[in-house]
Amino acid sequence: MTFSVQILLLLLLLTTAAGAIMVKDLMSSVLLLGSYSFFLALVWAWIGAVDVAFVEAVVGAGLATVLFLLTLFGTAPKDTRLRRPPPSLTTLIIFPLLGVLLLYAAKDLPAFGDPNSPASVHISPTYLEQSYQDTNTPNVVTAVLMDYRSLDTMIETVVIFASGIACALLLRRQV
Amino acid sequence: MIRPHDSIIVQTLGRFLIPVVQIFGLHVLFFGQYGPGGGFVGGVILGMGMILSVLIFGHDNTRSQIAKKVLHADGVGMLIFAGVGGLCMIGGGEFLNYANLEIPGLETASRRSLGIVLTQIGVAVDVAVTAVSIVFSLSAEEIIEDSING
Repeated sequence: MTFSVQILLLLLLLTTAAGAIMVKDLMSSVLLLGSYSFFLALVWAWIGAVDVAFVEAVVGAGLATVLFLLTLFGTAPKDTRLRRPPPSLTTLIIFPLLGVLLLYAAKDLPAFGDPNSPASVHISPTYLEQSYQDTNTPNVVTAVLMDYRSLDTMIETVVIFASGIACALLLRRQV
Repeated sequence: MIRPHDSIIVQTLGRFLIPVVQIFGLHVLFFGQYGPGGGFVGGVILGMGMILSVLIFGHDNTRSQIAKKVLHADGVGMLIFAGVGGLCMIGGGEFLNYANLEIPGLETASRRSLGIVLTQIGVAVDVAVTAVSIVFSLSAEEIIEDSING
């Protein structure tokens, strides 16, 4: 049962991703990319990363789609169809090789949920055990992001701030 | 320039939906400590509420004037986040070590919890303002005119 749901989600992901690349119309491509983000959010929720799923659903399927659509309305000529040249021979050779290489490397990854994997033995147990006594915050993800790693989060906020300023400076004649 | 939408269905639904979206954004923001969510997602949802109001009611409507004015406060979120860090330094500790917030009558864990809430508000303000600001930049009048003329 669980296995078939995973296979279905994977098929939907592959279909929407391939569709977003192959489709001839830019508008359909943007909407397919939004649905791809939605299925990706389902996958994140399925493997237990609920916070990431939330961000993916809100930003990927919501905000990014709106921004892409506004960009299309603002820049493209009214005919949004693409004339795409066929892929070159180099692409057809290199990319399958890259895929095989990645699959070969994926065999060395630790199994999902393995308690002895390097990521689970270093500092994660400390966070899981200590975060409630330290910060009164039941959600460990929030405690790690906002308290233990707050300087990183602050620099991420600086990046978002800088992107907003850059968009305003590049696109507007008057602020 | 985005003009108000003509359809009465869209306008009525917008009047109903925008407050719900905003309240859900605030819920996600303040309950990020107890469930999924947090400053980033809450900020994006709050910004999406404002973007929805701009898309439905247009730029010039009084409802979206607030969204336009709020752009002038682009750095307030950063100021809140870094200001909390500065308050920690005034309290005698490291930058962003919330245990040093000078609030009498609170234990260390509660102080850190309060620091998390305050910095999340900072992130949410910054993200919401940036999202609305990018939408305003993309829909500026000159870009649309340029693409039509040339």
